[in-house]
Amino acid sequence: MKRVLSLSICLLMVLSLFTACTKKEDDVIKIGVFEPLTGENGGGGQQELEGIKYANKMYPEVLGKKIELVIVDNKSDKGEATTAVTRLIEQEKVVAIIGSYGSGVSIAAGDIIKNAKIPAMGASCTNPMVTQSNEFYFRACFLDPFQGRVMANYAIGQGAKTAAVIMQNGDDYSVGLGNFFIEAFKELTGSEASIVDVSEFQVNESDFNGILTNIKAKNPDVIFAPSSATAAPLIIKQARALGIKSLIMGGDTWENPAVIEVAGVDAEGIVLSTFFDENDPATEEAKVFVEGYKKELAGKEPIIPAVAALGYDAYLLVRDAIERAGSTDGVAIRDALNATKDFEGVTGVINFTSEGDADKNIAVIKTVEEGQFVYIDTVEVK
Amino acid sequence: MTIELFMQQLANGISIGSLYALLGIGYTMVYGILRLINFAHGDIFMMASYFMVFSVINFNLPWYAATVVVIIASVALGVLLEKTAYRPLRNAPRMSIMISAIGASFLLENLATYLFTGVPKGFPDIKILTRAVNLWGVSLSVATIITPFTTLILLYVVLFITNKTKIGMAMRAVSKDFETAKLMGININKVISTTFIIGSSLAAIGAMLWGSKYPSVYPLMGVMPGLKCFIAAVLGGIGNTTGAVLGGFILGMAEIMLVTFLPSLTGYRDAIAFIILIVILLVKPTGLLGEKVTDKV
Repeated sequence: MKRVLSLSICLLMVLSLFTACTKKEDDVIKIGVFEPLTGENGGGGQQELEGIKYANKMYPEVLGKKIELVIVDNKSDKGEATTAVTRLIEQEKVVAIIGSYGSGVSIAAGDIIKNAKIPAMGASCTNPMVTQSNEFYFRACFLDPFQGRVMANYAIGQGAKTAAVIMQNGDDYSVGLGNFFIEAFKELTGSEASIVDVSEFQVNESDFNGILTNIKAKNPDVIFAPSSATAAPLIIKQARALGIKSLIMGGDTWENPAVIEVAGVDAEGIVLSTFFDENDPATEEAKVFVEGYKKELAGKEPIIPAVAALGYDAYLLVRDAIERAGSTDGVAIRDALNATKDFEGVTGVINFTSEGDADKNIAVIKTVEEGQFVYIDTVEVK
Repeated sequence: MTIELFMQQLANGISIGSLYALLGIGYTMVYGILRLINFAHGDIFMMASYFMVFSVINFNLPWYAATVVVIIASVALGVLLEKTAYRPLRNAPRMSIMISAIGASFLLENLATYLFTGVPKGFPDIKILTRAVNLWGVSLSVATIITPFTTLILLYVVLFITNKTKIGMAMRAVSKDFETAKLMGININKVISTTFIIGSSLAAIGAMLWGSKYPSVYPLMGVMPGLKCFIAAVLGGIGNTTGAVLGGFILGMAEIMLVTFLPSLTGYRDAIAFIILIVILLVKPTGLLGEKVTDKV
């Protein structure tokens, strides 16, 4: 009896595989959204998602069909990331994927995306390894080697001769950007000794007094601390409480109202690089976006987060490629993405390099004044 | 290394150590009575921080009134947790109740993520606690200075309650022999509730001091402190209150001294805590001050 039962269950399960294949929804096109909505990058992931959702609201259709966003949470965790992306591909049968905020999770999902031949468009993942040797992964933002160089350039422009770097151990974004900064800073100052301290910390750490005390003793001109918006205000606050007067700088993740809210007055004067400035729209599309999205954000966020603008662009790029490909086949969409020419996004005109990276050479540098992110400069590196 | 740098690191170590100690007491007390590792302790600490954020920022309470509200709310949460997640399993195998504790911990973390999102919130700035003081070249906040003293005073209070009061006597009896204590007419439920009340209020006070030093409030903020304080409690001999405080100080100091003397290993700071845990379990499984308990047959 038992054997019959188990056999019939097996049979049922095998049959269910076929039914899953035969059932096809022809009236919608599914695009997966792969973002951290919880965990340490939950805040930034949410901002990026809002931008994608807004783009979906503005441009809800492609090839005459409705686009349905399938949202999965990768929980800022590399293990969860592979599960989430597998679910999008195997279960939800998405035709393309957008995301993720955080380079580590994007890299972790890369192989699955490549093997499934489903094109993916990263919005704000800046580590070079995301798209490297992966012909299906594209991205809408600049890369960390560029960002690291921009920040090193800025620091030296401010008269800095020495720098200390704080990075998060095991976080590809933080370690990657930190090392590119170190490389550029050493090269620009021409001195190996210009980096006086490199310290690492672990995820969910709150106490930075130990490493900051060491750094204080070495008295660097700048502290560069690429880190999540959760860790950033703690580093800034504790540094100031210890009496460190050095210029404190971070990367694109710092452009998050939470950093100012948590760090309070100590956030004044920090410097960060980012992708986008709402006061200086680069294209026609950007003007329309800034106006419309400002209304959408009214009362929720004081400024448009750069990652929302990138999320918006990522969605438009994918939609544009599907339109031009005229089909939902992964390879066809990939080829259409590769053929993207002078696409007018809100973060600038986008073309892809052979690696699938947006060919961008402009970064925006901002600081904090009176509790607001304030534009300092647009930097162009040739 | 200058003497100033060393003094600053010493102060950093004492300050983080006393926070571990304060939270460690909560772990060790619950373990002492129920033989249960209350994994949700770190999450009660997290919820206490959120209570503080809401009572000060959303309800505009002055900080001292907010402190009272936070302690009451955290105690209510702790007791509720005991009543719903642990009490129904009191006669179940110990493993079930431990899994229930892990479940309660995840529930609180996810509930907080759902209700308050993952975006960190700023802990209210209590001016008296966050004011910076410069003592002989060592920068300290008032919170840093008073934390060790608060911990020691609270340790004394807890020791007084357990050793000198009637309810404390009942606690000790329950901890020695659950069944016999019950037969002797001790109200077990009351004793256990009291334990959770004390543990949760210590978590709430810990959250106040922690928040003044590390003002980022987010759903997973309790995970790392929770683990560290658990290690502190095991290190000192779980079940022993003084041991938990001692363990907390040792752990905090060990972490900071690692950063001071081996700066290249700062990325492995958490690993040190776990290495200490493993070594203790191998060398002296009962912890520094733990008594050897022979299981009654």
